[in-house]
Amino acid sequence: MADTSIRGLRIAITGGTSGLGLALVRQLIDAGAEVAFIARGRSGVERVCRERPTAHGIVGDVSEKNEIHPIALQVLGALGGLDVLVNNASSLGPVPLAPLADTECEDLERALATNVLGPFRLTKALLGSLAATARDGGAPLVVNISSDAAVTPYAGWGAYGASKAALAHLSRIWDAELVAEGIRVLSIDPGDMDTPLHELAVPDADRSSLKPPDQAATEIVELIAARAARAPEPEAAR
Amino acid sequence: MIPAASAVQRPRGARLMVVDASGHVMHQRRVDFPGLVHRGDLVIANDAATLPASLSGIHLATGSPIELRLAGRRSLLLQHMDTFTAVAFGAGDFRTPTESRPLPPPFSVGDSLALGPLRAVVRTILEHPRLIEVRFDGSAQEIWEGLARHGRPIQYSYLADPLAMWDTWTTIASRPVAFEAPSAGFLLDWRLIDRIRARGATFATLTHAAGISSTGDARLDAMLPLAEAYEIPARTATAIDAVRQRDGRIIAVGTTVVRALEDAAASDGRVRVGCAVATLRIGELTRLRVVDALVTGHHEPGTSHYELLRAFQDDSILRRAIAEAERHAYRTHEFGDSLFIVHPRTASGTITTISDIRRDPLFGRASDSGPTAGHSG
Repeated sequence: MADTSIRGLRIAITGGTSGLGLALVRQLIDAGAEVAFIARGRSGVERVCRERPTAHGIVGDVSEKNEIHPIALQVLGALGGLDVLVNNASSLGPVPLAPLADTECEDLERALATNVLGPFRLTKALLGSLAATARDGGAPLVVNISSDAAVTPYAGWGAYGASKAALAHLSRIWDAELVAEGIRVLSIDPGDMDTPLHELAVPDADRSSLKPPDQAATEIVELIAARAARAPEPEAAR
Repeated sequence: MIPAASAVQRPRGARLMVVDASGHVMHQRRVDFPGLVHRGDLVIANDAATLPASLSGIHLATGSPIELRLAGRRSLLLQHMDTFTAVAFGAGDFRTPTESRPLPPPFSVGDSLALGPLRAVVRTILEHPRLIEVRFDGSAQEIWEGLARHGRPIQYSYLADPLAMWDTWTTIASRPVAFEAPSAGFLLDWRLIDRIRARGATFATLTHAAGISSTGDARLDAMLPLAEAYEIPARTATAIDAVRQRDGRIIAVGTTVVRALEDAAASDGRVRVGCAVATLRIGELTRLRVVDALVTGHHEPGTSHYELLRAFQDDSILRRAIAEAERHAYRTHEFGDSLFIVHPRTASGTITTISDIRRDPLFGRASDSGPTAGHSG
């Protein structure tokens, strides 16, 4: 069911070489999507490309404004257009986690650059393509990966939680504003997952209590499939 | 007229000169453009994103520094991503006006060019020493990565600062196939598109690989525009048919849209859907089959942009418009003020909408002001 809706979708995923992003790349490729993924490290990108040779690997840092268009250019060059953008790349802020009073300004700036400015800028650069998909009868979707730390004020998670709260609210406003263009923007909390990012944050966590990223990825793939299956006639194409 | 020297796509205070169907010249604020759109009209823009098409490098046979400006490709099909028409310059950068740039070294077929991480081979010498066809080595992915990392937007010497890619992508930029920005589209933002729809008009797009606007070389400039690849989506063609049936107007945002639509037009005004290459040169003698009105930038007589305007209005009217633009110090070039020009065949509804424009608050959603917004066709 999911597979038939996913087949042929053009999907870009940031942070595609570990954790949830990697699980999404694998599942979406296996379901027949055209996938471009972005990550900072070339060796990680090449490793994933060896594992899934049909994936398009792009080396880039979404937290840098001047890398946004080089990334967008390669995404669109590889896929020829875009149905789904998953803003998944995340920065924890200070490592190890620190209370806000002990958080360096630069650590907060890095969390905001990766978790808020990056998704904002990349979505903005790719909005023209998403709108073109809607005009062409598709059902474009932006998925922003959030966290329960965006809602609950966990001590020690200030930089991360504040940045994810900003991303979640940005998503809601963007979703409301882009209705006329036929583009949905959703913020998803995948739950506490057993990922490299979580291990950085909570090195001594009981891993058996954490959700496998594969399971979270499956839920997001189902969401993407449900959206694609709907593919409503956008108002923009009236 | 003076060139706009800063790369702001929608500067506050940008102006819009209107030359209506009867040749009257009026002065508007550009933000009021939706007020010129009637219920039932179709506004078509070029959604091409702009490649970083300027590549610096070395002509390996002579060791000479060159700048290659990609200028055309065979079609928009993904598999045609390795071969480009290109204009070559000798040493120097955009600080030197193109008129003063030296010629590149003499090319021979088979010459290798090292362009940052990219390697290319000269395949053909075209009709001018600056004009060649090159083919890049490597996979499509390697070519895209090389362009993304090493390419820079084609620069303009009249701008104070170098252009970044942020400056060259229009709001609606989609597939990266343009070599220079389809700059008429700079006037569009999402709110303005919304206001166009709120007028009861339709917004649609096509994708046209806008080529180089000027090379500074008189003989080469006389060959512009070069052949340009484009694609017309089926839905846009359907929208054109629908507008024709209800006597609405087709309003092109940018000369590239005029060129694509007229190139794709059959004698009955229907446009061919899909990928093609525009070779049509539009000028005084061109009978427009599709487009009724055009919003574009201000360009001097002698340019291919200006030649295209002659298909819309008589020279006497264009001369008056130029004189008005001089008198009112309109700003020219890519980031300058705009011009809205209507072909005389369209009904004289333009004047009645001016009062609607004045009622629109500066940034408000245009109210659909009922019967006066319509026209009898």
